[in-house]
Amino acid sequence: MPLTNVIYCGVCDFPAEYCEFSGKFKRCKAWLQENHPELYTKWYGDVTEDVSKQLAESSIGDEREEKLEKALEKLERKQQAREERELAKKLSSKVVIRREARTKRKCMIAISGLEVFEIDMKKLSKTFASKFATGCSISKNAEKKEEVIVQGDLADEVEAYIHSLLEEKGMKEVKVEVIDAAKKKKKAETTTTPGSENKK
Amino acid sequence: MFRKFTREDIHTRSNVKSSIQRNLKAKLLAQYPKLEEVIDEIIPKKAQIELYKCEGKIQLYLVNGEVLFFQNFDELIPSLRFVHKFPEAFPTVQVDRGAIKFVLAGSNIMCPGLTSPGAKLPEAPGFEKDTIVVINAENKETAMAVGKLLMSTEEIKEINKGHGVEMIHHLGDPLWTFSAD
Ligand SMILES: [Zn+2]
Repeated sequence: MPLTNVIYCGVCDFPAEYCEFSGKFKRCKAWLQENHPELYTKWYGDVTEDVSKQLAESSIGDEREEKLEKALEKLERKQQAREERELAKKLSSKVVIRREARTKRKCMIAISGLEVFEIDMKKLSKTFASKFATGCSISKNAEKKEEVIVQGDLADEVEAYIHSLLEEKGMKEVKVEVIDAAKKKKKAETTTTPGSENKK
Repeated sequence: MFRKFTREDIHTRSNVKSSIQRNLKAKLLAQYPKLEEVIDEIIPKKAQIELYKCEGKIQLYLVNGEVLFFQNFDELIPSLRFVHKFPEAFPTVQVDRGAIKFVLAGSNIMCPGLTSPGAKLPEAPGFEKDTIVVINAENKETAMAVGKLLMSTEEIKEINKGHGVEMIHHLGDPLWTFSAD
């Protein structure tokens, strides 16, 4: 007895026949057409008008079917709006890498702003710990937001890795800001008053 | 059951010892006898079952990083990914098209959604109360949810009011989207 092989949608991850309920139907259909054209033709035909008629041959009757279609359309609009909002938020946010002095010779790197980009900080800290063979932890900063702390002077390496991670997630345009607080502090001792460097 | 489940709810992860692994498989078979013919394909003899102990006494069992079944009390409950591999093994009911949206939102299933023309219940004697059932939908081939009968299928037909199935796990819930890594 062979195992069943279900086709999961590459967009919404539902079994493809449930895409209409995912709120991402338009993109789901485009995916199906690309990846499983025979199923696309079978389910949605060439003319989209026929689709709703085909689907309307369900037991729940025209009126309820129409209501359902409307609800599903609304779901899709909502989903789209939400995704747009999320994307806008991501694009207007940035990751901040701060180099801080720990002792006179040693420093550490604090990375904040990751939560917006759905980057798993626990995983990232494990990756850094093994990649750079150093101590790495998660702690809360002054704004009570979590940040990843890497021990050692690794700002450049961390920056490169964060860039590659963002690119992997299709968010190449996201800004990564590097602040060298360790250096500034030294300068601060001689030239400016402390506090002014925090403004940046 | 998984409405609010997140990675943070996983307390410990461990490998299941081979003796216990055998017991687990035997238990699965006792509960779902039709799995007999495919069990070694789904959980190969050499596979390592992992156990994730989670908040709320939920235990997830994974093979190759995929949750195959889980446990809250005594019974083993298949994940949808497992059900999809071999749906014949599980007691199944079907809801009408109108109920799909609500099931996917995590609601319990009302009796009329199980007795209307687009729905399907087994013929008498049917399934007992508390049976773990797979939930299919009108005009769909794959299962969309797993639940527990709040009354026997005969009672559902007879009473036809109120909640018939308690929702446990559905397409799109955090268990469905969970990935081990
Ligand atoms: Zn889809």
